[in-house]
Amino acid sequence: MAEIVSLREAVSSIVRDGDSVSMEGFTHLIPHAAGHEIIRQGRRGLHLIRMTPDMVYDQLIGSGCATKLTFSWGGNPGVGSLQRFRDSCENGWPVPLEIEEHSHAGMAARYAAGASGLPFAVLRGYVGTDLVHHTSTIKSVTCPYTGEVLATVPALNPDVGIIHAQRADRRGNVQICGLLGVQKECVLASARSIVTVEEIVDELVPLPNSTVLPTWTVGAVCLVPNGAHPSFAMGFSQRDNAFYKAWDAISKDRDTFTEWVGTHILGTDDFEGYCASLGLEF
Amino acid sequence: MASNLEAATYTTDELMIVNAARRLGGYAAAGKPVCFVGIGLPSTAANLARRLYDPAPVLIYESGCIGSKPTRLPLSIGDGELGETSDVVVTVPEIFSYWLQAGRIDLGFLGGAQLDQRGNINSTVIGTYDHPKTRLPGAGGAPEIAASAGQVMVIMRQGRRAFVEKCDFRSSMGFGDHKGHRAELGLRGAGTTLVVTDLGMLEPDMATEELVMTALHPGVTRQQASEATGWELRFAGDLVETDPPTEAELAALRALQAA
Repeated sequence: MAEIVSLREAVSSIVRDGDSVSMEGFTHLIPHAAGHEIIRQGRRGLHLIRMTPDMVYDQLIGSGCATKLTFSWGGNPGVGSLQRFRDSCENGWPVPLEIEEHSHAGMAARYAAGASGLPFAVLRGYVGTDLVHHTSTIKSVTCPYTGEVLATVPALNPDVGIIHAQRADRRGNVQICGLLGVQKECVLASARSIVTVEEIVDELVPLPNSTVLPTWTVGAVCLVPNGAHPSFAMGFSQRDNAFYKAWDAISKDRDTFTEWVGTHILGTDDFEGYCASLGLEF
Repeated sequence: MASNLEAATYTTDELMIVNAARRLGGYAAAGKPVCFVGIGLPSTAANLARRLYDPAPVLIYESGCIGSKPTRLPLSIGDGELGETSDVVVTVPEIFSYWLQAGRIDLGFLGGAQLDQRGNINSTVIGTYDHPKTRLPGAGGAPEIAASAGQVMVIMRQGRRAFVEKCDFRSSMGFGDHKGHRAELGLRGAGTTLVVTDLGMLEPDMATEELVMTALHPGVTRQQASEATGWELRFAGDLVETDPPTEAELAALRALQAA
């Protein structure tokens, strides 16, 4: 059964140095607050996993929390590159980052296999690309029924899966609606998990196009309103596109970035303090 | 059109986007409306086409949105606007497996950092993979879109750094290394069948599976196109000039970008 605890307690007890950690969110429901808490608590040597590492992974990488990244698209959507991610790949700053690079279809299949308890996934993918020459976790398998050769990728089973969701009830059942991404697969594939939510209610009301992660599949539930900002939670907030655009200038320079993290993340106690330091109003 | 002075004033990006939208409208009219859309220029052109043509393209975004009808341009592939205006939203594993892999997409619409003569796309690194000069965001959904969509349309600004003899990294397959390469690898889609640029359009000569310039935009010379291309550019025998954007096309595009 999920425990309802503060985000500080959840990160402290669930995320350990050296863990593989997947913080998922496909534009929607990205768990920014949880990423900030990992930076605040100074985790090191993490193997970060995510299909679309964006701003919060840039912050984690630039803060020196990660030594490996498994991913399929690392950018600032509609804006450009991730400057801290680039600096770590091109110059090894602040620490060298090992990368394991896939395609979206491959990563999605890896999560689905992980959630299904299978050792690997099969897909029509990667054929003819240079990814197969650089990523050791892309192999092929022959279909025993047709003889067709298909791509195969190993299951993803992170030590920790972290997502943001709209709401949970007091027993820790989690409800997610809107763009569902790989949120469910991320939690079900992971050994331990944290879900931050916009609200905690007495009873979950079934909604169209929603999914529920039952309390017995979730490790910790933390109440963090707006905890996805500048990503968003459908029904609660809009994506703060201006903030994503502003990130490019903040992150371009090592000193500007370090000062920003020092002031707004390391220099604050929690997500509420972070929002106050930036003057964010919801 | 030419009689309208205001309509005659347009940017090269507008020219490129309008021409891409026209072709999307053409595919939709030909019974190939289902378009898997990348963010940025492809999304802008696809949304313009949706406003200009009936039948309109059916827009699919990799965030799981099927039949999106955004009222303003999304910055990212999963803006709330996309989720709220779609016929249905499915999960990311589902969009790539049941929809793309299963062959339900007519047209993949992509951008990239580098494109070569065989329509291969690089969106991964400039320089070598282990010591990149520029680390780009990566392939994302493109490798499987390029492999499995019925055909692929690319939109890119034409210049020597982008239109290269050989991509530094092949993120997505066009026609690969040689004629027949796609067939040898068992890829199901037809590959890069159209490239729309700010100078004109390129299409493959199927005898060689190499891209040739088949259209130039008004006022663009062969020399300009050749100088903006990193390989020995060939021109089609029936090279055409594209029609200038109409007032209606420009008005729709500008309204879309201002929304």
